[in-house]
Amino acid sequence: MDFSALSGVKGANAAEKKEAIKQQVSSELAMANAQQLITKATEKCYTKCVTSPGSSLSSKEETCITRCLERYFEAFNIVSSTYVRRVSNERNSVTNNMI
Amino acid sequence: MSGLGEADQKELQAFLDAEQAKARVQSSIHTFTDRCWDQCITSSIGARFGRGEEACLSNCVERFLDTSLFIVKKLEEQRGQ
Repeated sequence: MDFSALSGVKGANAAEKKEAIKQQVSSELAMANAQQLITKATEKCYTKCVTSPGSSLSSKEETCITRCLERYFEAFNIVSSTYVRRVSNERNSVTNNMI
Repeated sequence: MSGLGEADQKELQAFLDAEQAKARVQSSIHTFTDRCWDQCITSSIGARFGRGEEACLSNCVERFLDTSLFIVKKLEEQRGQ
């Protein structure tokens, strides 16, 4: 991660510097996450929708890609909530066993 | 990180650890979505998920984690013998 831009923050006090670093880290993580999602969705939807590539995308292919993108985001959200719920359940049961 | 006191550096380190944990979770979720999409979304893409597809996605995550826990348990049992 590149913090070089931050060292040049003139007159910034420690609290401002700290906040600037936090914000940069959070936004870079969010960006990396979004890029990963777009890359995966492109792969999956190309495979699903463009089965025999022609000289341009047909309107049928475009409709399929639009829907596929929505479904992929939906799938990501289902997986995400299932995973988070499961991990928090496991953590609770481990804590209970230790008590 | 010059110009930051010890307390500030500690706070930043805790923040970075938490962000790193978040990144690991996000990466697992991408891997699961990839794997479970291939396994569950087998028919053509509709305006909404077909019957069973949603449940399959959720079951796919749960059963994968079950499998992982089961294997660890088995190996621990074998080691104890």
